[in-house]
Amino acid sequence: MATEIAPAESFLPSPELRPREADLFNIDAALTEEERAVRDSVRRFVDEEVLPIIGKHYVDGTFPKHLIPKMGELGVFGANLPEEYGCAGLNNVQYGLIMQELERGDSGIRSFASVQGALVMYPIYAFGSEEQKRHWLPKMATGEVIGCFGLTEPDYGSNPAGMITVAREQADGSWVLNGAKMWITNGSQAHVSVVWAKAVPHGQTEVGDERTIRGFVVPTDTPGFRARDQKGKLSLRASDTSELILEDVRLPADAILPKSGGLKSPLMCLTQARYGISWGALGAAIACYEEAVSYSKNRVMFDKPIGAFQIQQVRLADMLTEIVKGQLVSLHLGRCKDLGTFTPQMVSLAKRNNVNIATDIAREARRLLGGNGILAEYASMRHMANLESVYTYEGTHDVHSLILGQAITGHSAFK
Amino acid sequence: MKIAVCIKRVPVMEVKFAIAKDGASVDETGLKYDVNDFDLWAVEAALQLNEKNAPGEVTVISLGPDAASEQIRKALSMGADKGVLLKADKVPGDAFAVAEALAAELKAGAYDVILFGKKSIDFDNSATGAMVGELLGLPVVTGVSKLEIAGGKGTAHRAVEGGVEVLEFPLPAIVTVDEGLNKERLPSLKGIMAAKKKPLETKPAQLGGAGVTVSKMELPPERAAGRIVGEGAAAVPELVRLLQSEAKVL
Ligand SMILES: Cc1cc2nc3c(=O)[nH]c(=O)nc-3n(C[C@H](O)[C@H](O)[C@H](O)COP(=O)(O)OP(=O)(O)OC[C@H]3O[C@@H](n4cnc5c(N)ncnc54)[C@H](O)[C@@H]3O)c2cc1C
Ligand SMILES: Cc1cc2nc3c(=O)[nH]c(=O)nc-3n(C[C@H](O)[C@H](O)[C@H](O)COP(=O)(O)OP(=O)(O)OC[C@H]3O[C@@H](n4cnc5c(N)ncnc54)[C@H](O)[C@@H]3O)c2cc1C
Repeated sequence: MATEIAPAESFLPSPELRPREADLFNIDAALTEEERAVRDSVRRFVDEEVLPIIGKHYVDGTFPKHLIPKMGELGVFGANLPEEYGCAGLNNVQYGLIMQELERGDSGIRSFASVQGALVMYPIYAFGSEEQKRHWLPKMATGEVIGCFGLTEPDYGSNPAGMITVAREQADGSWVLNGAKMWITNGSQAHVSVVWAKAVPHGQTEVGDERTIRGFVVPTDTPGFRARDQKGKLSLRASDTSELILEDVRLPADAILPKSGGLKSPLMCLTQARYGISWGALGAAIACYEEAVSYSKNRVMFDKPIGAFQIQQVRLADMLTEIVKGQLVSLHLGRCKDLGTFTPQMVSLAKRNNVNIATDIAREARRLLGGNGILAEYASMRHMANLESVYTYEGTHDVHSLILGQAITGHSAFK
Repeated sequence: MKIAVCIKRVPVMEVKFAIAKDGASVDETGLKYDVNDFDLWAVEAALQLNEKNAPGEVTVISLGPDAASEQIRKALSMGADKGVLLKADKVPGDAFAVAEALAAELKAGAYDVILFGKKSIDFDNSATGAMVGELLGLPVVTGVSKLEIAGGKGTAHRAVEGGVEVLEFPLPAIVTVDEGLNKERLPSLKGIMAAKKKPLETKPAQLGGAGVTVSKMELPPERAAGRIVGEGAAAVPELVRLLQSEAKVL
């Protein structure tokens, strides 16, 4: 006699275990009340201020400047820096959640905040003198002063150690900068630029190696400083990206960031920004996933919502799974950052994974949307195109593979 | 001015509701909570009144479980000064039981104005504010869409069918807030951090006896799928015919 086979229903989850529709994996349970409160405030801001306008800005290739003071008022700039400098004094998980929500709007909005906070306010905070901090940070927190970060050069992207921008010390201790930077977010609208250059002490002519790299705080109205927008971008269109030209830019002695020293300093800034990007990419992924879920419920084809077909269910299940995994990676990283136990290699893993899965999720969402998926009215293709920039900047995906490869094997494969 | 605002913790409406096993309450699995919308507008109104008539103090009171402290903190992060949690593990569906507990707390506070939302979006009774007014013997204005306080008296607008009613009242008074009065501010990130340091007192709620209990809850019947009867102007006669003969709404 054949053994009795249990009826199929018994393999189904009990109806008493109702799925959480909004947060299936209950990630919220791992967040504190203040962390959720910050996330919810920024989420509301993005829903009300960013989503209704961002598609048009993207198509027009403009950054929505009117949002800068509003973001300042909300407190998103340099939000994890201390209150004594006008910042919100948040923990790193709260900071990450801000990045997630901003990029749920658009990678360009998040990029603005990353540059302002992690790449300009952070180096002034970490390497600046007390006067520099008091002068710049409060005005940057409100968005009154906009900053940009000049590291990349036309011929030195992944390998900034080779930079040719140089700062020559004069007899009176002042500095003269010459060189060019490229791909600089906010370059043309910035009031201040943190420029990285090889410093040559007075009396010396030879330019040194990466150990001589120092940071300089350059007001963008200094004679000899010019910024020109890079045109024709097919990605990150709602963000200004510029070339910087430095021609005999004369700076007082106190323009140097006194505690900066070597390539390590800009890399420390990038570690801050990459941490935020690991969260931000998830925000873009969440936007695409949510758009796909909603479309799959409403779009009827062959007499059924397309979400009722197995192919689309697999797509959505894969998207959600990767988002949840990514969130747990970033959350753990944020907790370690608060404890002071995080390493740049951990940040590489998180940036590399989360941006990569976000690019896949955006593409799959776009595909699920059929023909509508190519329209700016929907978000997925905008995110898909944006994420290609995010994949490349702040250490390309490949470069993070090499960082991890070196950490794992002990062999550097860079050169 | 001393202002009190009574706020309620309610489920966020973005998830589908299910009925719990007892058949008379909502299954709370997976629900998220927020401050009742109308109460947020009441908090905003209080903050604006005190910004105009500084100095002042805004106290936020909520009756609910321990978790309702999160909603009080939200009001504090918007700018309210202090909070009181009247702790009750289960919030009775009977507004009078709640009103008695709130009145007992409010009585001692010497507030100039006590604000409520017009209704809570979960039980939808529109009763609590008015009942508290009755219990405290204060003038009550419900459902206001405009509010001014000056020189010890208040003026309020109420939207009535096809027009506006303008009311005047002496202080202290109870005002319940309708949609359209304002749009609540977002808690700023600094506000959220500051709220952690503001006083929040917890005490047991002195609930009154419930005259009414919920005996049963049912979900509305599933709606049948819509039907497309045609396109453009050509479809209008058929649509009108069906609305008359089938749907019987014309
Ligand atoms: C929209 C946008 C905004 C940006 N904003 C800023 C900014 O604000 N400030 C700033 O300083 N920079 C900024 N950047 C620059 C960004 O950091 C660089 O683009 C990035 O570092 C890559 O450099 P690259 O473009 O010169 O590419 P390359 O370094 O030329 O890389 C080209 C390809 O070669 C690969 N590659 C490089 N080295 C190796 C190796 N050793 N082994 C194997 N493969 C390798 C890379 O992975 C990549 O696929 C921005 C870039 C973009 C696109
Ligand atoms: C740029 C552009 C140019 C075009 N030019 C023309 C043209 O010249 N002439 C013309 O007639 N049409 C044209 N089209 C229309 C194109 O053929 C349709 O977009 C395509 O057939 C998909 O239909 P849809 O967009 O309605 O997507 P939908 O059919 O709604 O599909 C949405 C998603 O559901 C999936 N899906 C659908 N059915 C099922 C199922 N049974 N099981 C599982 N998954 C399913 C799809 O694969 C897709 O991922 C064009 C489209 C574009 C984007």
